[in-house]
Amino acid sequence: MTDESAAAVMTSAQSGQDDVLVRVDNLVKYFPVRTAGYVRRTVGHVQAVDGVSLAIPRGKTLGLVGETGSGKSTLARCIAGLLPVTSGKVTFDGDDITNLSRRKMIPYRREIQMIFQDPYGSLNPRRRVGAIIGDPFAIHKTVAGNERKRRVQELMERVGLNPEHYNRFPAEFSGGQRQRIGVARALALRPKLIICDEPVSALDVSIQAQVLNLLADLQRDYGLTYLFIAHDLEVVRHVSDSVTVMYLGRVAEEGPRDPVYRTPRHPYTAALLSAAPAADPDAAASRQRIILTGDIPSPIDPPSGCRFHPRCPKARELCSQEDPPLEVKAGDGPTHLTACHFPVEAGENLAAAAAARRDAK
Amino acid sequence: MTLLEVENLTVSFPSADGVVRAVRGVSFTLEAGQTLGIVGESGSGKTVLTQTLLGLTPGAEITGKAIFDGTDLLQLSEHQMRQVRGSRISVIFQDPLTSLHPLYRVGWQIAEMIRAHDKAVTKKQAAERAVELLGRVGIPNPAQRVNDYPHQFSGGMRQRAMIAMAISLSPQLIIADEPTTALDATVQAQILDLLLKLQQESHTALLMITHDLGVVADIADNVMVMYAGRAAEKGPKHDIFYQPHHPYTKGLLESIPNSSAAGERLRPIPGQPPSLINLPTGCKFHPRCTYVLDRCVTEEPGLRDISSGTAHLSACWLPARAAGLGGEAEEIREETVRESRMGAAVEVAEAIAAAPEVQE
Repeated sequence: MTDESAAAVMTSAQSGQDDVLVRVDNLVKYFPVRTAGYVRRTVGHVQAVDGVSLAIPRGKTLGLVGETGSGKSTLARCIAGLLPVTSGKVTFDGDDITNLSRRKMIPYRREIQMIFQDPYGSLNPRRRVGAIIGDPFAIHKTVAGNERKRRVQELMERVGLNPEHYNRFPAEFSGGQRQRIGVARALALRPKLIICDEPVSALDVSIQAQVLNLLADLQRDYGLTYLFIAHDLEVVRHVSDSVTVMYLGRVAEEGPRDPVYRTPRHPYTAALLSAAPAADPDAAASRQRIILTGDIPSPIDPPSGCRFHPRCPKARELCSQEDPPLEVKAGDGPTHLTACHFPVEAGENLAAAAAARRDAK
Repeated sequence: MTLLEVENLTVSFPSADGVVRAVRGVSFTLEAGQTLGIVGESGSGKTVLTQTLLGLTPGAEITGKAIFDGTDLLQLSEHQMRQVRGSRISVIFQDPLTSLHPLYRVGWQIAEMIRAHDKAVTKKQAAERAVELLGRVGIPNPAQRVNDYPHQFSGGMRQRAMIAMAISLSPQLIIADEPTTALDATVQAQILDLLLKLQQESHTALLMITHDLGVVADIADNVMVMYAGRAAEKGPKHDIFYQPHHPYTKGLLESIPNSSAAGERLRPIPGQPPSLINLPTGCKFHPRCTYVLDRCVTEEPGLRDISSGTAHLSACWLPARAAGLGGEAEEIREETVRESRMGAAVEVAEAIAAAPEVQE
């Protein structure tokens, strides 16, 4: 690396340092597995998140990708302070907010809001929409009375709901509108960070696009920072500035959006990208799908070494023995990190390797 | 050979709020060994359509025909339907956890299916067949896993078990209702791969219902896009994806985040799907359509052939040339809309011009 580029990296790293809103350092979250009965002995741990670090710059969107059981939702809940952390550190806006007491957490709860996946399950069906959106004001005792109503109606208008529907019940709204209610509620206290946990997965495509556009507008207008969790890779690609791919509680690969999507280095990222169906018949026909063997293993007893090795088309002996560090691989940019001993090279045919492995089994 | 021919099928449900018109005149044919993808959003009638074919919509008012291999499915008695359902037409549902009985072993459930249709098969033979089927759908150690309960299977394995059950009696037609929606991307790829392989091996016809255009692009031969209980557009896969004619199909394709335009604004379809009780007049898509013509508000367009011989049909008043996602097609669409509005303006102008005479 030349001095000049090294200096450039330094400054970008430093300015990045200043601008980071959320930083997660080596976060670990284990859930104990207990025996049934009166004496509930702990017999193991679900290693939901096992040593994850990430940083989200202010005003940017970090996309978190991974399959069921990868720990992405647990990680999000740890950041939001909804789950106590086993070890590691969460820093928000320069303050350490790891395992704060309920009382101490209150001011941060205003700054960190969540939008949930299921617009049917996340709204109380017996309460009126105005009351639901006004809840954050009531809980944090910020505005009350007519002023609260005015603010709620403003919010409803902002997210594309008719403010006259203030007194309606959630059941009177469609899925897309309900998700807008969830967005309005998250927005009420003008948070800095919004954690979106699969916000559009339950919506139809035409409605999904409406909500994604709304989220983009709000980010632009209020300088919001998003942690965006989704299993739909095209959605994540659309909204994210940078992407983190998780597998079984660990980060497999992370980096700026385009390099990760164009030249994935981790075989898991490559498989995930190749598996995502594209709405283009010719592309679908010509694409080399990497079909993995088996399912994601149990996080109670994760595989030794690299956690992906039992399913990996490139696995060798070393992979089952040594855990690969998350590091920059040759030819990648300084922020594109991969945890793999044998990263994918340009022009490599993983699909054939995966097929050969399947046949061998 | 035409395996299934559905003709002008309508399904409506009487309800306290009025009649829910779930399917309003759908026709299609499915050849043996082919895959038809039915695409549509929630409430488009795609699931009701297929459940009606299997006699699973009690209380519905049904008209039309559904000729399956020479017999009209809609005329069958419940007893006759039982002979067909499972053995000649089988179904794979979206959620494998709720479609398997939690208290019976997976192998038992597959064996039961076999024995229910053929009493001559002994329990032992059926159990052996269950092991063989689980192996065929790619479940490791089938001889042991056959004794597992559904909760011991992962989501992907449960869907494999459902597929094993669906193919157990070598049906001529498999109806798959959102079979991969509940699964992760890598597992979805495994399941689609498996379905394709099984279909090629046994020349089964597949009716694939999904909201995911990506899945359809992958495995369908022909596509039918449904909106508010009717086919908006249908035809060969390539025509639908590359030469969409109906503005709804075009809107769906454009709503999908697409790799070439990451970060740009998406172009969603404005508004929401209509209520099936209180449908709009004319074309049911007109309140959300960007290219509304005068007649769209009053007259509902029927399906017509807009291709030159590829059986690409669209239910839209726009001229046949206005198909495609490119600029040329867009110009034709805009030009048509302009002419239509000009026509309306001329009529208003003429009415005004004629008005003073009336006063005199």
